Parts: sequence; C-alpha cells; structure tokens
Amino acid sequence: MSLDDLYREVILDHYKNPKNRGELESPDLEFDGHNPLCGDTVTLHLQFDGEKITDVKFQGDGCSISQASISMMTQQIKGLNPDEIIKLAENFRSMMKGEEISDFDMGELEVLQGVKQFPARIKCALLGWDTLKQALGQIKS
Amino acid sequence: MSSFDVEAIRNDFPILSRKIHNNKTLVYLDNAATTQKPSSVVELMNEYMYKHNGNVHRGIHQLSEKSTEAFENARIKIAEFFNAPQSEEIIFTSGTTESINLVAHSWGRKFLTKGDVVVLSEMEHHSNLVPWQLLSKDIGVELKFIALNEDSSLNLDSLRELLKSENVKIVAVSYASNVLGNVNPVKEIVEIAHSAGIPVLLDGAQAAPHFKVDLTELDCDFFACSAHKMLGPTGVGILFGKMELLTEMNPFLGGGEMILEVGLTESTYKEPPLKFEAGTPNYIEAIGFGAAVDYLTDLGMDAIHEHEVKLAKYALAELEKIGGVEIYGPSEGRSGIISFNVEGAHSHDVAQILDGEGIAVRAGHHCAQPLMKWLKVSSTSRASFYFYNTESEVDALVSAIQKVKDIFK
Repeated sequence: MSLDDLYREVILDHYKNPKNRGELESPDLEFDGHNPLCGDTVTLHLQFDGEKITDVKFQGDGCSISQASISMMTQQIKGLNPDEIIKLAENFRSMMKGEEISDFDMGELEVLQGVKQFPARIKCALLGWDTLKQALGQIKS
Repeated sequence: MSSFDVEAIRNDFPILSRKIHNNKTLVYLDNAATTQKPSSVVELMNEYMYKHNGNVHRGIHQLSEKSTEAFENARIKIAEFFNAPQSEEIIFTSGTTESINLVAHSWGRKFLTKGDVVVLSEMEHHSNLVPWQLLSKDIGVELKFIALNEDSSLNLDSLRELLKSENVKIVAVSYASNVLGNVNPVKEIVEIAHSAGIPVLLDGAQAAPHFKVDLTELDCDFFACSAHKMLGPTGVGILFGKMELLTEMNPFLGGGEMILEVGLTESTYKEPPLKFEAGTPNYIEAIGFGAAVDYLTDLGMDAIHEHEVKLAKYALAELEKIGGVEIYGPSEGRSGIISFNVEGAHSHDVAQILDGEGIAVRAGHHCAQPLMKWLKVSSTSRASFYFYNTESEVDALVSAIQKVKDIFK
C-alpha cells in the first residue's frame, strides 16, 4: 500500500483543475448524489440528444478522489450512449473491486487503479459513477 | 511538562507501542472518538469473565453475588468520581446517546406537551439533537437554539432571551464541544436556567474524560457520559439524574430487573436506578468502567487536564508556525481538541496522508452537521489529545501535515 499510488499526479491535477466544472444553462437532466458517510456531494448536469450524452457539467464538494474521479468521468462520457456509459461504469466498479477487466480500455481512468488498495476510499471514487447511473436510469424510463 | 511520567503511563497501554502499516509507530490522536484502554481495565474485565461471571441481582449463588457486588461498587465509584449526591442517581446505560434518549423519552414524554420548548445549542453533537427532534415530531415540542458568538463560544445573552418565554421546559447543552474544543460555561448556564426554574441536561461525553466534573457543585439536573471515551469499554455509560426527577419519570425500557411485581396487564417498578435498567445490564463493562475511573483518580484529573492543555497549546503554536492551516474554535478556554483544515486539501485526504504516517485523526463532520454549517465548511480534520500523548507526537503530526501541504501544494 503506497500513498503514491493513491495521489497520482493526474488525480491531483484533476482535483486542482477539474474539467467540466460548472452548470449547463438548460440541462435535460440534473441529478444530485451524496455520500452520507463522508459528506461528499455532486450535482450532474446532462445534455442528451435522445441518443447520446452531448454535454455534461458538474458541481460538488469533496475529497480529491471523489472530485477527480467525477472530473475524469465527465471527460470520458461525452458522446457515448447510455448503454456504453453503463458498460464503462460497470467496468470502473470492477476495477475498484480489483477484478480482472478484459477487452476493455479504461483510458485515463486507469490512474484511479491505486484507490482499490484503500477500501475506505473506493466509495469516493464511485460517487460520480453511481450518481450518473441513477441519472441514466431516469433517462431510460 | 506534567506532574506525571507520560512514558511510564504509556506502558499501561499496550496498543500505543504497536506498528501501523508495518513500520510506523502509532500516534493515536483520535481520543475524542474513543480512548485506548489500560491493562488494568482489560484485565479486570477478563478476570470477571474468566472467574466470577454470574448474572447480577438474580442468583443466590456465589458468582452472582460477586458480580452484583462489583457492579454496584462500580456505581459507587462512578458516583464518587463525579461527586454525585447519591449513587442511586447513577443509571447505567449503553452510553451518552442512550442516556440522552432516556431523558427525552422518559422525562420528555412525561412532562412536556405540544408547544413546550426545548433549548439546545448550535454546537451540539447529533446525539443531543436527534433525540429531541424525535420528541418534537412525536408530541410537537419546539426546539430553540442558543446562538454562538463569533469565536464559537455560547452566547449566554441569547440563552437569557430564550428563557424569557414561559414555554421553555429544559435546557440541554454539551459541557465541552466534540469539534471545537470549547469548554462551555456550564456552571453559569445552570445558574441562569435555574433562576428561571428550568432544569439543565449536560452532555458530558467530552468533559468527563478530561477534567474534574463535580455534579454536586454544578447542580445540573441530568448529566450523561460514555465509558469508552474515558479508558473504559464500549457499550456502557451513565446517566446522572436528580432523584426527585428520576422518581417521577416513567421507565424507559421495560423488562426484567426493573420490576417489583408483574401481572399480565400491569406491573410495578423498582426505585431508581434499577427502574431504568431493564434486562441484564452490561455489568462486565460497568465493572470495567469502575476500573477506568480508578485509573483516572490515581493519575488525578487536574494533572490530566494540565497535561492536555499544555499539549494543545504546544500543538496550536506549532501548527501556526507552518502556515496554511486554518484552526477552528475559541482562542481561550479550550480542551485538548483541535479541528483544522489544510489549505487546498480535503479533510479525508489529510486523514489519509496522516494515516500513512501512522497518525490516527478523525476527518468529516464529527456528527455535528449544524456546526459545520455554522463554520461554513463541509468537514474538518480533528486531532484530539489525551494524557498519554506527548510533544514528540505533536511534532509527528506537524511534520505529517507538512507532507499534506507538499502533496496538495
């Protein structure tokens, strides 16, 4: 277990300079998530063209892991349809549980690998993804 | 720096010499959450479980008699430790939370009706908020709050103002804050409330472990604390209540132990304290609590307090020196609790990096979300000291915080 695996440069960079932070003027969907254990919060704004996510912004407050994970997530999901996003979210969850992921490119999200060595922090990394999955559930219904 | 030998004391706490993450010596600064246990407490509990275990207040056999005697002796020791007028005013509960729930339930439902007011403060732990909120939902009492001054101390003028209403029926406040380290002027609060004829409950969870609490002198009506925050085991604590109140209150839980005679549809109850101790009590833990109180008495509460205040002062000065650390709480009159945030770093990241250095602190809202709102922060890190902590542990804390600053610069 090494703190260097947790606090990778890329993660700290996303924390200090988050991507897609802010609000959309008229989002198709706005969804809040929070982690009652540690108080981390996120609000997602999603633009959906009926087929795929065209734009996303987030606001939130929390630790470097939760906020960096959300920042990375917003970069990865633009242009994807809900099924593709759910597949990505499921693979991300598998990565956090330390399961083997075959035939799937996690892209930049790989840098969050180190979080799995810190069980108490896995929920931080998952906050954005769990919130997104709930939001997509609303789109689908 | 203190009138006792800290290094010798540390030998009584085997856990303090264990390693964290293989090679770091534990620096335990989460004492406001729970304290470590000296060998004397653990060994006495073991002895009772190995050699003398028998259910209390029941059997006509040697084991039961031995357990009952030790259990009731623990009650007497604890009453003496807090200088309670009578040991029968000490009720064993599972801890501070249950104690306050007991009062809200048994006193609140007996004496309060819709429109009555319960006065709390904005710095309360959830355990002195939620039981009253439940009561409020159930019977329609109103909750009002003593405001905080800019330096986070309680604004006693606001208490005086609230007490002008005839609807106020009880004041319930913490003796010492679990977040900011304030030691509240409870003697004055009791006097102010009593001059209006209003009883006072003190949440003593963060006071009892750290300095002398004299219930006779304070004259408060209820007082609650937990054993595990003062060297004792988890699962036991006390509620002190003035006998005339305890006598009039309804029982809290019903069952064995608390009854005189039981019929199919009605029962009569024992006198306090047993009236409030339904079922088999945590007697092994209560006996351990007694041993904890013995340990504290031997060290001396004044010496403990002096050591902690010096340690906190040293820590505050050292933290000031490194800069970029925001410290919350009053400048005067604080206990050994320091809540802080490191510029640019979230409290969970601070605690994580400190843990990597073997240092245990708490991060988050500390079960005091309204106070976090008042502070306008989402969370803080909290270092809380006890008499077994040392200046070199403070130095370890400070250099680990420097590491946090390096990572999040």
